[in-house]
Amino acid sequence: MVMLELIDILVLLLLATTAVAVARIRNLWAAVMFTGIYSFLGAAWMLILDAPDVAFTEAAVGAGISTVLLLSTLALTSREEKPIKKFPILPLIVVVVTGATLVYGTLDMPHVGDPTSPVHTRMEPSFIEKSDHDMHGELPNVVTAVLASYRGYDTLGETTVIFTAGIAVLLILRRPGKLSVASSNRSQPEESDG
Amino acid sequence: MDNFPIIRVITKLLMPYILLFAFYVQFHGDFGPGGGFQAGVILAAGLILYGLVFGLPALHKVAPPPAIERLIALGVLIYAGTGVATMLLGGKFLDYDVLGHHFLPGWLPEGQHLGIFLVELGVGVTVTSVMTVIFYCFAGREPVDGH
Amino acid sequence: MDISSVLGLFNYWIVIVLMMTGFYIVIARGNLIKTVIGLNIFQISVFLLYITMGRMEAGTAPIIQKTAEVDQAYSNPLPSVLILTAIVVGVATTALALALIVRIREDYGSIEEDDILALDRES
Repeated sequence: MVMLELIDILVLLLLATTAVAVARIRNLWAAVMFTGIYSFLGAAWMLILDAPDVAFTEAAVGAGISTVLLLSTLALTSREEKPIKKFPILPLIVVVVTGATLVYGTLDMPHVGDPTSPVHTRMEPSFIEKSDHDMHGELPNVVTAVLASYRGYDTLGETTVIFTAGIAVLLILRRPGKLSVASSNRSQPEESDG
Repeated sequence: MDNFPIIRVITKLLMPYILLFAFYVQFHGDFGPGGGFQAGVILAAGLILYGLVFGLPALHKVAPPPAIERLIALGVLIYAGTGVATMLLGGKFLDYDVLGHHFLPGWLPEGQHLGIFLVELGVGVTVTSVMTVIFYCFAGREPVDGH
Repeated sequence: MDISSVLGLFNYWIVIVLMMTGFYIVIARGNLIKTVIGLNIFQISVFLLYITMGRMEAGTAPIIQKTAEVDQAYSNPLPSVLILTAIVVGVATTALALALIVRIREDYGSIEEDDILALDRES
């Protein structure tokens, strides 16, 4: 377990470093690349925390799809951030004060992995036991069972949100009847980044 | 990316495995880690990779935009339709226990298992097609110069 | 405060650092793409907070193993479910924000907040 703790701390420190790097870098292209690394480190940490389903999704979304979308946006807009005239001190104060308050709040929280914390004890019987009974042992993956069955309404709502966002992007960015014409003129959209 | 033979060859080699893995995650999600959301993003990431390396026209041949746009709605329809089907069969909305059938009993899933299978399929279809359409929208747009 | 509580709360502290970095990027920078990146960083830190809380010591992924011993502990599946859907919804809404940025750039010729505000004041 000591090995796992060490990896845990290492990944966390890398995450913090990457986030600070994103905040400091002026070049947007580099910032997008660092965001991809940040997402991938996040996915790695989720795997350590026993959430393989989430880790999959985060790896595919964070390091794959959202990086590609951000890069395509950069290709359509600009790659450099405008230099700032003077260093803004007020946001830094706000962030430090908020962060200190949050850290003070964590002092009362149960430690990570504590089996007696409310997260693990408040639901009786837990989803694990309930799903084993309700699904007749046919669905070993409790995450899928909770997602599609116990929280079926919620997931229907989430699917509808994704549907709506897709339709909205389609309405904003597609000029009527021009999608196929525009794309055949411009066969390799990422060429300028390659 | 015609000038990068290594990228083209490796992409062609990896493509079947990415697609196979996506389908594995989709249909094995009841037993191992996986499900509709994960499979959807993995499949879409595979399609986007293909589009980045071989160009949009090649991807349009594999996944025609009109078909993909219809699939967005089809996924939500499968999900909500499962709920309506359970209501017609006498249960509550999305109460899968009433789902049953007479094809190969014992071989094909029934009840909760069948309901979850259909719902995850709906989620997978919607997520894949939304991600692909978003990529089409961004990649198919011409950059304009600012005034 | 002893070493065990430092180790036990370390995850939360790093999550707070990430959260505040994202927050800083959102409020300190006028570039719209940088703001979206900041929101992304903030969002992922919230995901990590949830997943951290669902973790159980000596637990394993919430996939029931028939062959394992009876008392096998599992991590809480509920945070995984909530975050799983949130990630995919998050990328869909990020794409919507980026689409709006692309349209803003086409109409205003800039993605800097102060330029856009100045252009709005002129007209």
